[in-house]
Amino acid sequence: MGKIGIIIWREYITRVRNKTFIIMSILGPILVAGFITLMVWLPNADKSEQKIMVIDESYAIRLNKIPDNKLIKFYYPESTLEEARANFYKTDFTSILYIPYDVFTKTQSPVMFCKKTPGFSTENYIRTQLEKKFFEWRLTANKIDPLIIKNSRKPVSVVTKKLNEKGVEIETRNENAMWIGFACGVMIFMFVLLYGMQVMRSVMEEKTSRIVEVIVSSVKPFQLMLGKIIGVALVGVTQFILWVILSTALTGASSSFFLKSIAADVEVMDEQQEQVYKQGSNANFSEFKKANNSMEAMNVFKDLQTINFTQIAICFLFYFIGGYLLYSALFAAIGSAVDAEADTQQFMMPVMLPLMAGYIMSAGIMQDPESNIAFWGSMIPFTSPIVMMVRLPFGVPMWEIVVSLLLLVVGFLFTTWLAGKIYRTGILMYGKKTSWKELGKWIFYKG
Amino acid sequence: MSSLLSVQNIVKRYAKHVALDNVSIEVPEKTIFGLLGPNGAGKTSLIRIINQITGPDEGKILIGGEPLKPEHTAIIGYLPEERGLYRKMKVGEQCVYLARLKGLSKKDAEVKLKAWFEKFEMGGWWNKKIEELSKGMQQKVQFIVTVLHEPKLLILDEPFSGFDPINANLIKNEILELRKNGATVIFSTHNMGSVEELCDNIALLHKSKKILDGSVKEIRKQFRTNTYTVSFKGNMIGFTNALWTGAELIEHSSEDKETHFAKIKIREKVAPNALLQALLPVAEIISFNEVIPSMNDIFIQSVQGEQALGTKSNYTE
Repeated sequence: MGKIGIIIWREYITRVRNKTFIIMSILGPILVAGFITLMVWLPNADKSEQKIMVIDESYAIRLNKIPDNKLIKFYYPESTLEEARANFYKTDFTSILYIPYDVFTKTQSPVMFCKKTPGFSTENYIRTQLEKKFFEWRLTANKIDPLIIKNSRKPVSVVTKKLNEKGVEIETRNENAMWIGFACGVMIFMFVLLYGMQVMRSVMEEKTSRIVEVIVSSVKPFQLMLGKIIGVALVGVTQFILWVILSTALTGASSSFFLKSIAADVEVMDEQQEQVYKQGSNANFSEFKKANNSMEAMNVFKDLQTINFTQIAICFLFYFIGGYLLYSALFAAIGSAVDAEADTQQFMMPVMLPLMAGYIMSAGIMQDPESNIAFWGSMIPFTSPIVMMVRLPFGVPMWEIVVSLLLLVVGFLFTTWLAGKIYRTGILMYGKKTSWKELGKWIFYKG
Repeated sequence: MSSLLSVQNIVKRYAKHVALDNVSIEVPEKTIFGLLGPNGAGKTSLIRIINQITGPDEGKILIGGEPLKPEHTAIIGYLPEERGLYRKMKVGEQCVYLARLKGLSKKDAEVKLKAWFEKFEMGGWWNKKIEELSKGMQQKVQFIVTVLHEPKLLILDEPFSGFDPINANLIKNEILELRKNGATVIFSTHNMGSVEELCDNIALLHKSKKILDGSVKEIRKQFRTNTYTVSFKGNMIGFTNALWTGAELIEHSSEDKETHFAKIKIREKVAPNALLQALLPVAEIISFNEVIPSMNDIFIQSVQGEQALGTKSNYTE
């Protein structure tokens, strides 16, 4: 193992054994898993079964009953409202849904009487169902078959396709897939910031503890800097892999359940469409509607299939590493130039600015991925790791990716060279507040 | 005697000042060499160049006749003045790490370290973190790190600062022992007492220039001023009268009525023996000693003799 290898090993092993690292590696996935689980389960959180007594004086619902769902069951006992209200607490109904007989002629609203306020999803379900039933009732009252209306109404989605000069489709633009790119960009942003700061702190620690002079009498300052940058990068990659593995394991159960139910819904929809073909307009409307609700989820899967995942994964890896190397070299230079963390402020700004710019640009680029800003943002090495990731799902010509990556390589070679110059002088400078002018001079000092 | 280290016409410039101005020194093998000079003289700059931490603008450096190259870091041990260790790292692990950077294998480093730990009675320290150790203990660890790879050339910048007298003595003996075993030692210090005690040769830097070098004995001889101390029994007036052609009285004191002490400077071309002959009839001489200047005097005299102006270095000295 060369000297740089020994340095990398130390940087790596001391961090990975650190308590903070271990805690973060375990806590991170728990937080992520918790968050995902929450996202999946929150809509179903209103779990207690609702037994609803319907007192329908209008007969609109009694004749065209609201379908039960998993948690909400409707009952139609023969009873007056007064009786029901008087005996409400003697029964196990959770609510009384009262529909006055003149609900269509006058502006009397249906009323829900309840023991405990039902959740949002229950209220919402009842409201939309009533709307639908009343709509159907009115149609029927005007001698229009509701099925005609229903079957005439079909959701439309516009598919955008890009053509090249030869008139061949390039790629399907899809709204859902772009989030993958954005997520990758944000991940790179966070990684660069988090681990770049670690490099900076580590350089500062070596400087203030004065061990640096002992080390640079054995290895070149540049080797020490590079070893540190690579060592910290490996720590980041390790943590990332741990997070992915642990998060997947933790959310595995819930997410597989989630996917299964979507898959089941998709099947139902396919069946229904077939029925529509076979039986004309006699298909069960409510089933059809239900399947329609899961259309959106299915679209996400369809969209995801159009993305070139291999390309995104490879690019993510390159931009991830390139972006980190570029910025961490600069962070190392800052760390070497100051004596205390408080002094880092003046140097942090110009480094943070392009990084933040890349992040901020991303939002605009999602709206307009072919704009000039998007193009230049994905070329300039300081913003390209984030911006290009956002652009990728929209389809980027290969030459642009290649040029952007080459520029990134040139970029990080340049920043590493520059940082190396500042670093080797900075680490041996004590007791003086460094100015920008000073930094500029260091770059031109001879070995 | 061949030189282990030969520094030839080194010039080092920084943006606003010259840190080393045409400095040359020769360090003979298996000797202890004192690199002296006031703060800002350029000692640390020179030491950093020898350690290849920075490079010279002009001039060259030979180690064992070869121009300085990266492989040489393995035969140099360096104890900087501003020193420290990783505070959160365990002592043993840290020493092994630093030894490996000097080219030792992990196994060798561990074997050697155990021997040193035993020697310095540091048996239980292996798994302690540096921050748990006292300052003196840290210094011991630091010294071991410096010498663990058995360097041919040992460069110690102010090695005794921060040590209590017992540990300082321990380190001093180690330095002498290392020289006996074939190491060449360069050490930079302000402590002139230790220079007289330890150094074979010295170089004195002042305002980026070498103003004095040579063997300690030679230099001290060179700085002789024909000054002698005499203690005698007899009459002070008679003694003074006897002096007048051959020497001048610089200072005198009396222990009692009979016994006196005098510091005299013998005039040029007057032999001490001739003066003694003139004194013998008037006084009973108890002692007659030549005053050989201390390194401290030589240091102050040489530095104050130079009246050049210069700017102070940013670098720590």
